[in-house]
Amino acid sequence: MSANIFTWTRRYALMLVTIIFSAASVWAQVAVRGETVYTMAGPAIRDGVVLVRDGRVERVGPSSAVQIPAGYKTLSARVVTPGLIDAHSTIGLSGYLNQPHDQMQLERSGPIQPELRATDAYNGRERLIEWVRGFGVTTVHTGHGPGSLISGQTMIVKTLSGEVEQAVIVPAAMIAATVGDAGLAPAGRAPGTHSKEIAMLRTELLKAQEYDRKQASAKEDQKGSRDLRSEALARVLKGEVPLLVTVQRAHNIVAVLRLAKEFNIRVILDGAAEAYMVADQIKAAGVSVIIHPTMARAAGEAENLSMETAARLRKAGVPLALQSGFEAYVPKTRIVLFEAGVAAANGLTFDEALSLITIDAARLLGISARVGSIEAGKDADLALYDGDPFEYTTHCTMTLINGKVISDEPH
Amino acid sequence: MKAIPALAFALVCLIAPKVWAQDSPRAYTGATIIPITGPVIQDGVLVVGRGKILAVGARGSVQVPAGAQTIDASGKVIMPGLIDSHSHIGSGTGADASAPIQPEVRILDSVNVLDNSLKRARAGGITTVNVMPGSGHLLSGQTLYLKLRLGKVIDDLLIKDAQGQIAGGMKMANGTNSLRPDANGPFPGTRAKSAALVREQFVKAQEYREKIRRAGSDKSKLPARDLAMEALVEVLEGRRTVHFHTHRHDDILTALRLSKEFGFRIVLHHVTEGWKVAEEIARAKAPASITVLDAPGGKLETTDVTFSNGLVLDRAGVLLAFNTDDYITDSRLFLRAAALSVRAGMARERALYALTLAGAQMLDLQERTGSLQAGKDADFIILSGDPLSVYTHVLETYVEGVKVFDRSNPEDRLYATGGEGAGRGAVLDTDEIERSSSEEGEGQ
Repeated sequence: MSANIFTWTRRYALMLVTIIFSAASVWAQVAVRGETVYTMAGPAIRDGVVLVRDGRVERVGPSSAVQIPAGYKTLSARVVTPGLIDAHSTIGLSGYLNQPHDQMQLERSGPIQPELRATDAYNGRERLIEWVRGFGVTTVHTGHGPGSLISGQTMIVKTLSGEVEQAVIVPAAMIAATVGDAGLAPAGRAPGTHSKEIAMLRTELLKAQEYDRKQASAKEDQKGSRDLRSEALARVLKGEVPLLVTVQRAHNIVAVLRLAKEFNIRVILDGAAEAYMVADQIKAAGVSVIIHPTMARAAGEAENLSMETAARLRKAGVPLALQSGFEAYVPKTRIVLFEAGVAAANGLTFDEALSLITIDAARLLGISARVGSIEAGKDADLALYDGDPFEYTTHCTMTLINGKVISDEPH
Repeated sequence: MKAIPALAFALVCLIAPKVWAQDSPRAYTGATIIPITGPVIQDGVLVVGRGKILAVGARGSVQVPAGAQTIDASGKVIMPGLIDSHSHIGSGTGADASAPIQPEVRILDSVNVLDNSLKRARAGGITTVNVMPGSGHLLSGQTLYLKLRLGKVIDDLLIKDAQGQIAGGMKMANGTNSLRPDANGPFPGTRAKSAALVREQFVKAQEYREKIRRAGSDKSKLPARDLAMEALVEVLEGRRTVHFHTHRHDDILTALRLSKEFGFRIVLHHVTEGWKVAEEIARAKAPASITVLDAPGGKLETTDVTFSNGLVLDRAGVLLAFNTDDYITDSRLFLRAAALSVRAGMARERALYALTLAGAQMLDLQERTGSLQAGKDADFIILSGDPLSVYTHVLETYVEGVKVFDRSNPEDRLYATGGEGAGRGAVLDTDEIERSSSEEGEGQ
C-alpha cells in the first residue's frame, strides 16, 4: 500500500475513472470470486463465485457448483458483500465544502415544505458521493435533512457519478420531518415547543386530508387549484410514502408514534437516540428505525445515545437499518461501513451488523427487489475487500454498480 | 467524646488495608505486552507498585517481588496509557471574544474534572491529555496537561515538574478559524494580518523580557507585572510549548516561520495538509499532532484530508502523534486513529508509538509516561485484543497504578458504550472519589 493510493488528487482520480470506465465497458460479463461471499440471502459461501451479466447477478454459488464461462472477466477478493446501502444521508444535497452554495439539505424559509424535491437539488458529482463509494457504498437514501419540522422529500440513488436521472432508483422516497429540539424554529417563530410541533403536523395532515378528499371527489372542471404541499402530504396519508421523522428523546418518539396512529400513517423513526428506552412501544407500533451512526456524538438531545442501541433494538425485534446521518461540520459525512463495524463490536453479530447496511436497509427502504443481497436477477452491486470488511485495517478493494467497476483504488 | 477513639479506630481499620495494598506490588502475567520502546512481548509480565512500573519482560525474565499480587492477564494485551496531545474534554473555555490574542487566560480556571467527557476518555484508554482552549483565536490561552486520575478538583489531576510548576502549553491558531473578515473588531480579516498581530505581541514580549533582564536584581526597575507578557516570555524561553492549530500547507509554513523568528517551541496540530510539506516540517524539526477524520471537507481547510497523512509525515522523519480533538473525534475511539493510519500503510509499531510515547514527547512527559519501562509511572491499559482491531475493547485503564476505568463495572461501562444517563451533565460523584482511594488493592 503506497501513500499515493490514499493521496487524493482530482487529476489522478479522473484518469483512473476514465481508465476504469473504458475497461468496464469491455466487460459485459464479469465473474467475482470471493474466498467468502456474504450473499445476505443465506449462509455465507466459502470460495464463492458471482456471475454478472448485463449489469445483473446471473448466478451465485460455491465455485464447485458455478463454472466461470469463457469470456468472463474474473475479479478476485478475500471477501465479497452486496454493495452497501446507507439508509439515510444528505450527501449530494450537502457537499464537502460546507459553504452556503453546497448546503442544500435544509431550506430555512419556513417550517413546513414537503413540496421540496430532492431530485431538484442533487449533485451527483459531489465528492462525498465518490468518497463513500470507495468504501463499498452503492446505494444512498438521501435528500432533505433534519432541522425543520418538514424539510422536504428524500430519494434513493445509486452512488454513480453523474446526473440524477441516471443515478436515481426512487425519486420521492419519503418526506423528512424533525420532532424535538432540532425541529424548533428560531426564537419567536413557530414551532417553538415540542407540542406545537405535533400540533402543526396534525394541522397540516388534516389540511392535506381535506384537500385530497375534495380533489378526489370533485368533478374534473370543479377541482380547486393544485396545492403541491398538500399533494405531497396526501401521499403520506395514502400510504404511498412514509414520513421519516428525525427524533431523539424517548418522549418525543412516543409522541410521534401517537401521531402516526391518529392518522394511520407509516412513520420511520430516524436517529432515535433514546429508542432503546421505548423499544417495546416501537415494536408494538410496527415502526421501523433508521438508527443514528454508532459513533455519533453524544450531545444535546442525543446525549443518551448508545453504541449498543442497534443490538438492543434488534433484540427487541424492531426492524432496523443504519445511517451515516447528517454532519454539520467535520467529518462532513460518515461511512456506514465503519459505523456497522463498531455496531458489530457492540453487541451485534457480524452478519447482523452487515445486514443493517445491506438487506435490512433495502427492505426498510422498499428496494429489496433490486439491491441489498447477491441473488440472481438483482442489480450487480458488489463490494470487494481484502479481509474482514469491518476491520479498520482492511481495505475495500473494489466497488461495482450495475456490474461495472466504479472504484478500484483500495480504500 | 468517648466516640472519638472508637471512630479513629474504625477509620484506621478502613484505611489501613488500602495502605497495605498500595505497598504490595502487583504482577500482571500472561498478557501480550506492547512496551512501545521495545519489541512486543508474548506471555509477558508487568510488575507495578507504588504507582510506578517496577519491571516489564517475558515470563521468567522478570523477577516478581515476594508478596506481589499476581493477576492473570493471559489472552489480553497490555500497552501504555494513551497520550492525547489535543483534546477539549472537561468543557473548559479559554479566551473570550474581546481580543484575538489572550495569553493570560488559563484553561486551568475552567476545566470541569467531573465532566462525563473525562469518563469517556478514561474508557478510551487515555491516561494523559493536553486540554486546550479553542482555535477561534490567534492565541486562545494556556493549555493544561492532565493525568486522568480520579479526582474531585482540578488540582488532583495536575502534572507538576520538580519546581512545582504546573505543566501546560500555549494554544495558537492560524487559518480561517481565527479570522473575522466581516467584523470591525480586533480580530484579523486576512492571513497576513493574523501573522502581523502575532508578531506584534511577540515583539512586545521580547521587549518586556529585555526590561526584566536589564532590571537585574534592582526590583525598582522591573516593569509593571503583565500576565499576558509573562506567559509569552515563558513561551519565548521554551518553558511553554506552543500548540499551533494549522491546516493548510501555507499556514503550516507560516506557523513554522513564526516559530523560527521568535525561537519558540512548537507542536503543529491537525496539520491536515502536512503531507504536502512533510519535508519542510521535518527540516524544521517540528512535531505534528494529527487528527484522523473519516471524510474530507466540512470546512475549506480540510478538503484534502487523507488517511495517509500520518504515514507521509512519519516517513519524512517528523515526530508524529495522533490526537482526538475530542469532541471532533471521540476519546473512546482514539485507537481507531492509529488503525486507520495503518490501513493507509503506516507500520503498526509507528502507529502505536504515535498513540503513546510521541504524544508524551510533545508534552515533555516522556520521562514519566508513554511507554512501559521500569521507573515510569504505571499508566497502562488492558485490552481485550489487538489494539488496532475494531472488535477490541479497553477493559481497564490505570493511571499511576490506580484503576480509573473498568469495563466490568456497570457504571464505567455506561460511559464506554453510552446509554441512559451517560449524557447527564456533570454531577458531583462522591462514589468515584472514594474509589480512587480504594482501587489500589484491586485486580482479582
